[in-house]
Formats: sequence, C-alpha cells, structure tokens
Amino acid sequence: MRNIPQKVIHQYLRHDKKFPHVWCAGCGNGIILGDLLRAIYNLGLEKDDIAMVSGIGCSSRMPVYVDFNTLHTTHGRAIAFATGIKMAKPELKVIVITGDGDATAIGGNHFIHAARRNIDLTIIVINNNIYGMTGGQCSPTTPIGKFATTAPYGSIEPNFDICELAKCAGASFVARSTAYHTTETRTIFEKALMKKGCSVVEVISQCPVSYGKMNNTSSPVKMLEMQRDGTLMREAYDKLPEDKRQGKIIRGILYDIEKPEFIDQYQALVDRVSKPIQVKESGKTSKPTSQECEV
Amino acid sequence: MSTDRHAGKPILLQGNAAVALGALDAGVQFFGGYPITPSTEIAEILSEELPKRGDKFIQMEDEIGSIASVLGASIAGLKAMTATSGPGFSLMQENIGFGMEAEIPCVIVDVQRGGPSTGLPTSPAQGDIMQARWGTHGDHPVIALYPDSILECYELTIRAFNLAEKYRTPVILLMDEVLAHMRESVVLPAKDKLKIIRRIKPNVPPEWYKHYKNNPKYISPVASFGEGYRFHITGLTHDESGFPTNRHDEAKDMMDRLLKKITDNLDDLIQIEPFYMEDAEIAIFAAGVVARSAKEAILQARKKGIKVGLIRPLTIWPFPDQDVEDMLESTKAVIIAEMNQGQLINEVKRVTKYGQHNRFYRIQKYNGLVITPEEILQKIAEVA
Repeated sequence: MRNIPQKVIHQYLRHDKKFPHVWCAGCGNGIILGDLLRAIYNLGLEKDDIAMVSGIGCSSRMPVYVDFNTLHTTHGRAIAFATGIKMAKPELKVIVITGDGDATAIGGNHFIHAARRNIDLTIIVINNNIYGMTGGQCSPTTPIGKFATTAPYGSIEPNFDICELAKCAGASFVARSTAYHTTETRTIFEKALMKKGCSVVEVISQCPVSYGKMNNTSSPVKMLEMQRDGTLMREAYDKLPEDKRQGKIIRGILYDIEKPEFIDQYQALVDRVSKPIQVKESGKTSKPTSQECEV
Repeated sequence: MSTDRHAGKPILLQGNAAVALGALDAGVQFFGGYPITPSTEIAEILSEELPKRGDKFIQMEDEIGSIASVLGASIAGLKAMTATSGPGFSLMQENIGFGMEAEIPCVIVDVQRGGPSTGLPTSPAQGDIMQARWGTHGDHPVIALYPDSILECYELTIRAFNLAEKYRTPVILLMDEVLAHMRESVVLPAKDKLKIIRRIKPNVPPEWYKHYKNNPKYISPVASFGEGYRFHITGLTHDESGFPTNRHDEAKDMMDRLLKKITDNLDDLIQIEPFYMEDAEIAIFAAGVVARSAKEAILQARKKGIKVGLIRPLTIWPFPDQDVEDMLESTKAVIIAEMNQGQLINEVKRVTKYGQHNRFYRIQKYNGLVITPEEILQKIAEVA
C-alpha cells in the first residue's frame, strides 16, 4: 500500500465533520490552530486527554474542527466553564480558545480571576483588535484612533494590554506572539501547555475583512507584514534605546514564574480536611464529636 | 450550622441546611456559587462538607461564572449544583439556557426574595415562579420543584438531582426565604433507603457514539469529557452528533426532543398534594409557605363546617395542568394565594379553560410579608 504523506495537523482534524470552516480568506485563525496542533503533536499529548473550550466569536469556532473533547460555550464564559471541567477532571489538559472581545470585555471578570487563582488552564487569546463575527465593532483592544463600525470617528478609549493584564492579575505564564511568527507561536504553545498554572498566550492576528476594511489595511499580506515589522522579540526590545521603543510590541515569553497552582492547592486542602479526626492521648477527640454539636 | 445526620431520630434543621444535606445525600460532587442572601448557608455548609469527602467546592467571581463552572463540571462527569437568589438567578439565566440546549444535568436552587432588582433581600416573595419558567431566552420546557417544609427541602433536593440526571437537564428548586431560614424538627430517612439516580452512560464504542442520538425516549446516554468519547458540545442548534446545524429539520428534531422528554413523562415528573380536596366546594391553590398558611386556614374553616381544600404543587413546572383541572372540576370556587402580583392565577385560569370556572378569587401579597392563615380564612369566609 502506498504511503500517502499526511500533514501533521490532519490527524487532529475531524475529517467527516463541518468543513469548510467558517473563517474568511486571509484570517489568522487557521494559522494559529495549525501552530497549536503542531505543538500538541510535538508534545505527544493524547487526544482524549485534551479538552478545548471556547466562548463566542470567530476564533471560538475552533473546537468544532478538532478531534478532542470540545465545548463551545456562551459569550465570554469559556474560562468559567473550563474552571469547572478542570476541577472535575484535573488530569485533562484544558485549553481555552478565546478572542480579544470574548476574553477581555464580556469575559474580563473570569479572565482576571482565573489568573488570580493561577488555575492550570492554557488560555489562548487571539487578538485581532476587533469583533470579527459581529462584523467589525470595536473591542477593548482596538487601538485609540482606529476605526470600527461602532467607532466611526475613531476609537477614543485606551486599549488593554492583554499580557500586562494577565500578569498583574496573577497568571504564572504570559507570552505574546503573532500569526506571522508561526514557529515562535508553536514553541510558546508547547511551553504554555506544559506549564502548571494559568498560562496566557496572546496571539496577535489579522482580520483583513472587518478590521482591515475599516482601517485601510484589507490586504492580509500587508497585515502580516505589519505584525513582522511592528513587533520585536523581548531580547531585542530590551536592547533598544528608549526613544526607539515607541510603538513596538514585544513578543516572546514575557513572564514565567513558579507559584502555587489552584488545583494543587485544592487537593492539599482536601488532604488536610479529609483526614480522620486525630485522637488525643486522653481518648478525647480534638474536634467536638457529632453528639456535642447536636442542636 | 449543624448538618449532623441522624437517620430515624428527630433533628432540628434549617431549610438551607436541609438543601445542603439533601445535596450531599444525593451525591453532589461539585458546587460552584456566589454568595447571595438568603441562600448563603447552602454554600457555606457545602464549602465545609465537600472537601471532607474529596469533592469540589468553588466560590466563583460571580453568578454567571458559578453556573458556567457547574455546567463545566457536569460535562466532565460530576453531579453539580449551585444555589442563588433572585438577582443571581437572573444573572444565571443565559447559561441555564445553555444547560437546557446542551442537555447538561445540574441543579439550581433559587431561594426567592423580594424584587424586582435587589428588592427585599431578607424578605420572602414568590416572584420568581415565572422567571423559573421563562427566564432564559428561546422556548423549552423546565422542571422546577417547590417544597413547603424543611423535610421537603431535603427530599426535593434529592429529587431535583434525580430528575436532572434522569432527564439530562438543569432542574430548578424554588424556595421561599421563610423556608430557607426557618427551623423545623425533621426525621431523615436512612441513607440506604434513598433512591439515587445517575445519568445513563453509553455502552457503544467511541466511534459510534453520538452525544444527542435520538431514541424513542428522547433521552440519550451521556458520556463525559475524559472518558474516551470525543465529542462536541455547543449552545448552538446542533445535530445528533452535537455539531452546529442550520438545517430546519434538524433544528426541529432538537427542539422536539427537548420538549418531548418532558411532556412524555408528566406522570413521573408531576407531584401534587391535595389536602382535604375529596369533598371540597372551595379550593385553594398555593405553593411553598403560602400552602402552610392555607392548611392552617382550612383546618379552622373545616371546624366551622366550610368544605374547603388545598391543591399544592410540588412540581411547579411543568405545571400540573391535568390534575388541577380534574380537582377543580367539582369545586364552586377557587382561591389562588401567592406572594406576588399574580403569576400562578393565570396558570390556574389557563388549565381550567378560562371563563368556564368563573369564580376565581385571589390573595396577592408582595410587601415582604407572608400570607397568614387569618388572611386566607377571611377570604374563605367571603367566598363561602
């Protein structure tokens, strides 16, 4: 039998399911999904051991296409659903796929609290600076002065730095990449997936159709080039003089520390309180018995 | 807060504690919640008890996160619940709808308080009856139970879990604030006497498994994440494998299944308590604590020779249409007593073919106080 060469990602896609996908031509979501699947392949993770959870938005349609335990939730709530899954089955590798609007607008509360708990989730925020699925409304990451269908005169609101937000809220692994830098993205995904704790990876992506059309950059190639030219690896950025840093976005692993993880802490609590009541030498228990407690 | 369990011996128990005990005895494995008066004791007790058993408790950042975590835990195979009150119940509605659409078993306790908005946080009201039925968007049936005693808080919590697991759906336990915070002497059944239902698991190879496979009973076996069945769950209209669909026939099939698994099983779902209804000329329709006042009023009225009885739904949704209609057929008048501006009265009118039974009387109280036996007695005297 002839050996047909297959791409790595094919073994993770649901061949018989809902293709073609919903994404527009030129979108970064497919590139990023490819990076994620290659990272999963490189790590040798079992499909059964992965739960992929998403909210609502273009990127949140990703779970439909991949052969894992997949869950497509309500807008902004992916992290909260994922928290329940992770607590129920700590052995699962729980990956949250979310967009900038989903994660930092409607889901902002869950995002910061997952980071605060440092719960072992891999949260991938695909940031295209716009609400793509609803047709190009401004998001908390739309830069000041940029246009959106709901910011026809240019956005006047300062935008979130997703990585800073995650770091300050308590995530133990924070990184940024772009759809252009696929090898870097894959490597970062590998590290994020293996990190015990809340890992947040922001991947800057292009939305030529909704963001581009409003902001004069409707060429996907041009947008990818902007990702290439507008970002710098952390090491390179650190070497730049202050005046040349203006407007540059830092890529790479921005923050990676060891700190107590929520599921571990919960298990430690269970171990502590589920122990049988210690019997003191006098024969009396250290805790009041049920009879003594009776009302 | 005592949660000591003495089967066969009377213990003094608070309503919220009875719910927590019922949940523990039903085998709850996950509680995700956010504190809100008057439901907090349920979370407090479970935060103490669940870790002792190796089970999971988490205080989430808000009610939306709470119900989301509960659904997530249930998807991963745990018996899961949350408890809240009016404003929190409102916040949960979108995700309760997700649970209905995606057919995820879980229990939501709503200890009702005065409203609208933050209303009367520490006072009783029965204003969420329609929220339990129609709170989330779209249309689908709902199972909601309504206890009137502390023992029933315990029993109906277990029943709520059993129905959630059996019918693969969120189940709502509606409670009155009075019930949540009052204490009563109760005798709990022995644990081994309890009937505990668990969801049906698939017995087909993973590649054959369909998460929403239609069958004559409309309830398909449910696999959990991490068991080797890889499948997709979405809040979008989906086909039987769980994938989003826009096909009109598949959309209808899904909606029909949600409806029929309830409407085909009314005999199993409906519980109703008739009280002195055998020869009643006047009927009172009331739920929860109002039914307790009604019972007292009936006993007093009966002493005066007035033939009055009570119909009390333990299952408030689906509404016990047939039973209420049958029982009211032989009565001359019906008094609907409720702590709101009139939610149950329209249901009773609906099932008695509005207009044919023209003697409807109402007691509606929404000032944060309970309807007293005297008020009901007065109305009985007026009607008789």
